[in-house]
Amino acid sequence: MKILIADDSKAMRQVIGHMLRQAGYSGFKVVEAADGVEALAKAGSEEPDLVLSDWNMPNKTGIEFLQELRASGNEVPFGFVTTEVSPEMRALATQSGAAFLIGKPFMPEDFQRVLDDYLA
Amino acid sequence: MSFDMDMSQFQQVFFEESAEHLASMESILLGMDIDNPNPEDMNALFRAAHSIKGSSATFGFPDMTAVTHDLETLLDRVRKNEIPLTTDIVDASLEARDILNTQLRAHQGGQAVDPAAVTAICTRVKALTGQPVDDAAGKKMTAGEKESALADVKTNASTGEPVVYQITVPFKADDPKKKLGPEVLKYLRTLGELEVLGRDEERASLRLTSAASRDEICEAFSFHPSADLVIIEPPEGAKPCKEKKPRKKKAVPTGSGRDPEISQPIQTAPEPSKDQETSPVVAMPVEIQETRTPPRPEQKAAAPAAETSIRVSVDKVDLLINLVGELVITQSMLSQTATAESLVSEHLYDRLLQLERNTRELQETVMSIRMLPVSFAFNRFPRLVRDLAGKLGKQVDLKMVGAETELDRGVIEKIADPLNHLIRNSIDHGLEMPDERIAVGKDPKGTVILSAFHQGGSVVIMVQDDGKGLNRDRILAKAKEKGIPVSDNMPDSEVWPLIFAPGFSTAAVVTDVSGRGVGMDVVRKNIESLGGRVEISSEAGKGSTITIRLPLTLAIMDGMSIGVGDQVYIVPITAIAESIRPSLKDIKTVVGQGRVVNVRGEYLPLIAVHEIFNIRAHSTSFDDGILMIVETDHGRVAMFVDELLGQHQVVIKNIESNYRKVQGISAATIMGDGSVSMILDVSEMARLGKLGAGIQRAA
Repeated sequence: MKILIADDSKAMRQVIGHMLRQAGYSGFKVVEAADGVEALAKAGSEEPDLVLSDWNMPNKTGIEFLQELRASGNEVPFGFVTTEVSPEMRALATQSGAAFLIGKPFMPEDFQRVLDDYLA
Repeated sequence: MSFDMDMSQFQQVFFEESAEHLASMESILLGMDIDNPNPEDMNALFRAAHSIKGSSATFGFPDMTAVTHDLETLLDRVRKNEIPLTTDIVDASLEARDILNTQLRAHQGGQAVDPAAVTAICTRVKALTGQPVDDAAGKKMTAGEKESALADVKTNASTGEPVVYQITVPFKADDPKKKLGPEVLKYLRTLGELEVLGRDEERASLRLTSAASRDEICEAFSFHPSADLVIIEPPEGAKPCKEKKPRKKKAVPTGSGRDPEISQPIQTAPEPSKDQETSPVVAMPVEIQETRTPPRPEQKAAAPAAETSIRVSVDKVDLLINLVGELVITQSMLSQTATAESLVSEHLYDRLLQLERNTRELQETVMSIRMLPVSFAFNRFPRLVRDLAGKLGKQVDLKMVGAETELDRGVIEKIADPLNHLIRNSIDHGLEMPDERIAVGKDPKGTVILSAFHQGGSVVIMVQDDGKGLNRDRILAKAKEKGIPVSDNMPDSEVWPLIFAPGFSTAAVVTDVSGRGVGMDVVRKNIESLGGRVEISSEAGKGSTITIRLPLTLAIMDGMSIGVGDQVYIVPITAIAESIRPSLKDIKTVVGQGRVVNVRGEYLPLIAVHEIFNIRAHSTSFDDGILMIVETDHGRVAMFVDELLGQHQVVIKNIESNYRKVQGISAATIMGDGSVSMILDVSEMARLGKLGAGIQRAA
């Protein structure tokens, strides 16, 4: 199991990894990316089983990352972990092929709820 | 927000990241071209605010989240060109940045932030954004969780008239908690007035009076285990938040679902569904292969930083410097002994030379550990100048030159305050108002140049302005009023230093910007306590220049060794202006003033070192020796010595802590031959010399 975590904040990447462990998951590898461009590259080269991405990132936003990923034919499960969750964003995310959207601040249970489907 | 202790391990990263974001926000804001902002800069600003908002919320610092939220909203509107960038926006953003900085420090154990200041900046930012500050949402903010950023995020979206919602939250039979998470209630309270009508094993009933839309309320339950069962009544009649759907069943493309965004994900995850069929277990059947995480991308990036710098206590560095100082002394003693005793074989000589080279290099390297670029002190000034100029209604262009010049860390720490004062003075008292400047044919925008460079053994820092210059008449009048002995035909070079006298202020109006004349004498004292010197030059209508000369370091000093009789003294190089061989005809005795010497038309007091220390000089007459012109607190003074021996780097040894204060002596050092030499305090020498003249007169 390999998870790609894309967030421009290193603290956030670490916290997300931590949350996953807190939620009871383990045995996954984490690949990190600090911006959208790096994330897109890693999504191709590292072949993650799941992508958790921030919405707002430098160079390429999360939604651009997702759209380009899907355009390239990559159908990896993709979820957003982001600060705002507006209905429009949710709609756009879903329309672009995101599996779920977790709003910050989040708790381990938030991950548990949506990730059971993918990590179980 | 629940917080386990483990989170603290990431907190440091959060603090560092946020500090970086705040620093870059400041520099972007300061460099912002208001009429023509760079879109990339605007994006970077927005992202920085956004990033702090997200992580501060995660780390449980809602105070920062609240401020960044408002700031982000403002910046977002600007970057989308919905509102034009104005000076006000930049000012408010800077202020918000400062508040955030204080908040960040408060979370790291610093001083708490004034809540009124936080409220004030949020209100200001909101007003600039065009957000109605006191609409329903605003009221709810005060009623509910004012500091809850989460609340802030959601309530902003809400508009319209309050509606009474009846919310029923049934608990699932398999839900072990059978309660609503506190975060759900907290969130609902931010939406409006919440009443808990009842709660039992099966359900909780709530009543919420809110202007929020139904979707917003549903948002609260999005992570509730029974989310699909939450019933919200009116205004549209009882409806559950989500269609009931079995959580684990995925391959169903819930065509009946009202909530496509929830159902859709399921289609995009074909793989797990297979697993699900084979193992429909609720618990987390984690695939455990405890693999080491691969080298992470940012570890590569972060690694150099971690490896290229280490934190060492200043005490350790100082001890090292001291030890190397001792080593230098030992090495030069060794060389001298070898030379003096003619023990020198070719080989020994070579090796001694090698030792000397290595020791010097070692010393320089160790000294460089304490060196920092002076930009550490300069960096705060662009902001200071900007704020001051705004406050005073002046236009100021601050130019900084040579910020990379290196200086001892101890000196940098102590020089920041005096510089701060000098720059404030330049802007407040030196530069004229734009209309005055135009009237005298100057650019309405004044210039302040802050520069640093090496000169000889010292670092020179200059603060120059192109303002109106010092007012000679006013300084003289003020000096007379203060009872300082002055004459109207004193040279400028003696008039300007008068402003360093205690309690001296010529400002016609005392402003809140640069004090009440308690400053300049403190500035001078601070600089002198660093072994430095300060000079002023000024020209009416053209501006003033303040020159600070500082030693490179506090532990080692460049000194000139001088011979007086059998003694060797050290004079700090920074104090020496020049050395001349006097002719007897230039030396005059003035009644009551002691001796003076005519140096190119200027009469300087002459003091003889041997007289002050009461020792016998080798010179029998003044034209046998040397006059050293030194800069002192009491102006330039000619100091008579037998001979100049040479220039050395000397390690300063405190004499007060090892013995006691000795008049005329600032410290001691150990010379190459192991002998101890005293370092002269030239200002005190000048004072003692004058005193001596008085005694002579009395005798």
